[in-house]
Amino acid sequence: MAWLPGAIKACYFLAALLFILGLKRMSSPRTARGGIVWAGVGMALAVAATFALPGLAHRGPMLAAVLLGTAVAWWSGRRVAMTAMPQMVALYNGMGGGAAAAIGGAELVGYVGTAITLLDGGRFTADGQAPGTTQLALAVLGALIGAVSFSGSLVAFAKLQGWLDRRFVFRGQRALNLLVFALAVAAGVALASGLLAPGLIAGFFALALLFGLMMTLPIGGADMPVVISLYNAFTGLAVAFEGFVLGNEAMIIAGTVVGAAGTLLTQLMAKAMNRSLGNVLFGSFGGAGGGT
Amino acid sequence: MLDGFLALYVFMLAAFTGYEIIARVPVILHTPLMSGSNFVHGIVLVGAMIALGHAQTPLEIGIGFAGVLLGAGNAAGGYVVTERMLEMFKSSRPGGEAR
Repeated sequence: MAWLPGAIKACYFLAALLFILGLKRMSSPRTARGGIVWAGVGMALAVAATFALPGLAHRGPMLAAVLLGTAVAWWSGRRVAMTAMPQMVALYNGMGGGAAAAIGGAELVGYVGTAITLLDGGRFTADGQAPGTTQLALAVLGALIGAVSFSGSLVAFAKLQGWLDRRFVFRGQRALNLLVFALAVAAGVALASGLLAPGLIAGFFALALLFGLMMTLPIGGADMPVVISLYNAFTGLAVAFEGFVLGNEAMIIAGTVVGAAGTLLTQLMAKAMNRSLGNVLFGSFGGAGGGT
Repeated sequence: MLDGFLALYVFMLAAFTGYEIIARVPVILHTPLMSGSNFVHGIVLVGAMIALGHAQTPLEIGIGFAGVLLGAGNAAGGYVVTERMLEMFKSSRPGGEAR
């Protein structure tokens, strides 16, 4: 079946094309409804093609996870009230960020113990070429952004759902957040340079998740749509980076398009509220004691 | 893996594509479009499936399984929510009555 890899690549190409056309249609009120269908066809095509990918193990659990995740999300998305849509977007976006982080995590864990033979690895690359530092760095970067988007989106969901209705503001919060972020980046740099210890991987993910949590907690509920849009762009970028690592063109293109579109959309949404993005993200820190 | 510079070109062009798609979008479509792009990055499901398919140790399988579960949730939930949001634009089609 020499034609199979080519056919799968063609499916990924078509999926990327359908995503772009679908998003384009979604940006005009007249064609918006058809847009999601186009993108949906692209997604179904890409997932079906991936099942046909040669050399994949664990197809049973894979199918089970796909069906289970789809059923639960489909059911929850159907029955939720129209007014609860924004937090559902946050929840599903968090799932995407978590999935991107999981890809990075699975890869980093897979390299543990093979650190010396790092350059002969390449189990995740499509055509079996050796992964270099670039690939490792992209995996770490995608995992970092994905994990921040995951925990941050979950906080956004909890806030909009009314589970967390107070803002957590305290003195020195910005400095502490910066410290957590710096530690996460330092752990990431260590991982990317080939220092793959299981404890370090766990610490890296814990720090990244903690940063997403701490970054979102002080932001008020009214600003959440802008924040969700930002995390949406984050997840897009994380997906693109993990796409580079896996050598998957559909992920690269879809993720990058969403990363760029989401960044611009975040700015437009902040502008529509007469705020700057910096003001939304950091506005609550400001003065001593922080008015609530 | 794509050749390094080819990957950079793809990244650049895709970024411009995303920017151009959003550049002139009306305010009422901000939220549906956010939801729609949320669906599109559900393509992470494909990556999670590949990660699970290459997993070897039980830990990797567990992480991969969780990734596929989350990715499927992103894709399916994103689709349903976006479709429900866009249903409200039914009446603004030509021929339909404006509400």
